[in-house]
Amino acid sequence: MAPGGRQPGPLPVTIVGGYLGAGKTTLINAMLRRAGGRRLAVMVNEFGALPIDSSLIEAADDRIVSLTGGCVCCSYGEDLVSSLAMLAALDPRPDHVLLEASGVAFPGAISGTVGLLQDFVLDGIIVLADAETVQRRAADRYLGSTVRQQLAQADLILLNKCDLAADPEAVEAWLGDVAPSARIVRAKQADVPIEAVLGTRTDGSAVTAGRRFRDHTAGYVAAELDPPAGVDPEALARLLADPARRLLRAKGFVRRPDGAMAALQVVGSRWTVSDAPAGALPGLVCIGLKDQADPAAVRRAIREAETGARPTG
Amino acid sequence: MTNTIYPARKIITMNPARPHAGHVAVRDGRIVGAGTLDELAGWGAYTLDDRFADKVLMPGLVEGHSHTMEGTLWAYVYCGFFDRMDPEGTVWPGLKSIDEIVERLSEAAGRLEDPGRPLAGWSLDAIYYGNRRVNRHDLDRVSTERPVGVLNASGHILNVNSKALELAGLLKTGLDHPGIPLGEDGLPTGEMKGPDAMAPLGPYTGFDRDLLSCDEPGLRRFARLCVRTGVTTAADLANTLPDEAVDMMLRVTAEPDFPARIVSLRRFYGVTPEELIAHVLALRDCSQNNLRLGIIKAVADGSIQGFSARLRWPGYYNGAPEGLWYIPPEHLLEIYERAMAAGVQVHTHTNGDEATELALDCVEAALRKHPSPDHRFTLQHCQMADAAQFRRMARLGMCVNLFPNHHFYWGDQHYGITVGPERAERMNACATALASGVPLAIHSDAPVTPLGPLFTAWCAVNRRTATGRTLGEHERIGVADALRTITLGAAYTFKLDGEIGSIETGKRADFAVLEDDPESVGGAALKDVRVWGTVQGGRIFPAAGI
Repeated sequence: MAPGGRQPGPLPVTIVGGYLGAGKTTLINAMLRRAGGRRLAVMVNEFGALPIDSSLIEAADDRIVSLTGGCVCCSYGEDLVSSLAMLAALDPRPDHVLLEASGVAFPGAISGTVGLLQDFVLDGIIVLADAETVQRRAADRYLGSTVRQQLAQADLILLNKCDLAADPEAVEAWLGDVAPSARIVRAKQADVPIEAVLGTRTDGSAVTAGRRFRDHTAGYVAAELDPPAGVDPEALARLLADPARRLLRAKGFVRRPDGAMAALQVVGSRWTVSDAPAGALPGLVCIGLKDQADPAAVRRAIREAETGARPTG
Repeated sequence: MTNTIYPARKIITMNPARPHAGHVAVRDGRIVGAGTLDELAGWGAYTLDDRFADKVLMPGLVEGHSHTMEGTLWAYVYCGFFDRMDPEGTVWPGLKSIDEIVERLSEAAGRLEDPGRPLAGWSLDAIYYGNRRVNRHDLDRVSTERPVGVLNASGHILNVNSKALELAGLLKTGLDHPGIPLGEDGLPTGEMKGPDAMAPLGPYTGFDRDLLSCDEPGLRRFARLCVRTGVTTAADLANTLPDEAVDMMLRVTAEPDFPARIVSLRRFYGVTPEELIAHVLALRDCSQNNLRLGIIKAVADGSIQGFSARLRWPGYYNGAPEGLWYIPPEHLLEIYERAMAAGVQVHTHTNGDEATELALDCVEAALRKHPSPDHRFTLQHCQMADAAQFRRMARLGMCVNLFPNHHFYWGDQHYGITVGPERAERMNACATALASGVPLAIHSDAPVTPLGPLFTAWCAVNRRTATGRTLGEHERIGVADALRTITLGAAYTFKLDGEIGSIETGKRADFAVLEDDPESVGGAALKDVRVWGTVQGGRIFPAAGI
């Protein structure tokens, strides 16, 4: 049972894709260091040595490696489904699965499988791109189409190693063509706040009220909002997922016109609305890049989604 | 020190110096010589054993690419369209209608006591039932109580009943997945296409474990099938070879009545290339006569009929996307470099011609770094290679093991759907391989198609599809070449050609014992040559008694 006596909902799975050397391992290790009490379950693909910093490893048995802070790691190889089931059966159950795709895997195909499993829900697809090499990879005779498809399947692209690239703006513009539905985040050393990768923790308790964007990690902002009752959650989710809002993520609970609580989640252009767990309190957290996300636009979206106001287009 | 001399109706030796003989002398599991009785009597005391006096002996057949999983799958219900012989010698008639599939599965279900136990079938070939696809309602006629799952012959589709969908939580509307067709009611039809759609059903239908890891009953069944098909050495081409499997295989294959030599390749999986080399070198030292270890298997791409093979431009005939890499090119190159440096052989699965091109590039690069004489790196399947690629293989010192059985089972689909007419006619280009000087083997990939090198030879000689089309007249090879390919040819790809593959002095006493003469029946009848059994390491294994 989850804290507060609620039945745990489906276990969220974030897929981390991208070709070799893009920084998947760096990102995963950074997330483990910043887990901050979240019990992350990291699934790595079959190739090679365990890509986890040894300082984070506490103990290893046959299939599961115990990491600091209650996190775990396992490799899944060709047996993704049973490996996921094993993680879901752990006590205590992990809060979130971070699934590293192999360098040549299509994250969209993995998300298709996750979407079919009863006890899991896809959180989002993060694809890393090495700003220095991604365009060359995308033109490679063997890898080009694979790399381009990986990028196109992303909800968020982490454009990594921007400090090494001659012209990261040009790479970002190019990515906009290759992956038109993805939000692009520039980074060095895969240094991004955990909330941008995994979303905020909303276990149903109220988010901190405060209708404002506040400084988060350098370059990022989070808005914690208290949406009014009587919101059409599907309309709101669609509005928040609109590329024009430039949000990376949004997550929370809103009250429908009939009084029922809905859970809402947006990752890039992907959005889902489901029934909220019992006892959930209204609240919405939006995360964006400091120079891009506009709090006023988010508030407008909420107003637009209030009962009666139907989105146009 | 007495020799046993076997007179035979005919002995096909594969020794060009004396291609045929009437007698073969055997001692201590090895061949003393082949020739006339007078010649062999010169070796000293002998007993004459005339049990093969009316048989034709060939070198024991060598299956260069199969999986012991063929033996494992016979624990499930055979649901194929074509007749197929099981390890006990029973020929299961091919199922020509969906009703017949339902009937066979129902009979099997009736033999299960536990009402909740899954019923698993295999080798369904959905393309042969016209426009009608097998759906969950068909399999619901088998049972609504127990989950039923039938694996497609290609291995890329799993057909399930409603109960299996219900257990997996997928008997619901609103599914949006490219591998899950929906019926008019909005519910899945029960056809789960591709590994992503199949995976959630695996745990409920009995297909959740790694079928490629060898199990003891499966290994024994596989060996019985070898005897029935004249095979004395067979590859188990993709095993991860964990310690417990190796211990079991060492024990079972050392038994005095185990009738086959298994060449088990270590599939690259779950370790770094560095660890892989170390594991394979350690395995090589464990080898014994009937279990050969120490070769690496790598997989570059998927399958053609599953549209996951990597094709060069212009790709698939029906416009499907260009397939999947199963390994990053950097990793393939690293394995090749380390293997060349360590003197370890690598066999690489490449189905599409782009995957073949990558493997050729990587072999060339690795060779420049670590010149490695007689490496015999082998491309497995390599179905779409063109003439230029075969010339490259020859120059790089590579071998190829082609898959002519595809022409019979899926040739019409390759012609019409997957690769289109022109490339379908050059697929599995055995004649080009031989003309280019690439050492050639041919294979069944059992259980993908049935074990049986004489059938595979027939496929290479005739290139006939299931509907009777000759697919690529130019790439047909002669009977003599085909017979050499299923003996010495395959042995060469495992560096065993000095030990097996021909009947000549000093080699293992491995014979396929045949009722008919494959050299005189004519190429069209090659698949019908009757197998009496085998002699393996001098031990006699009649199929009737295995």
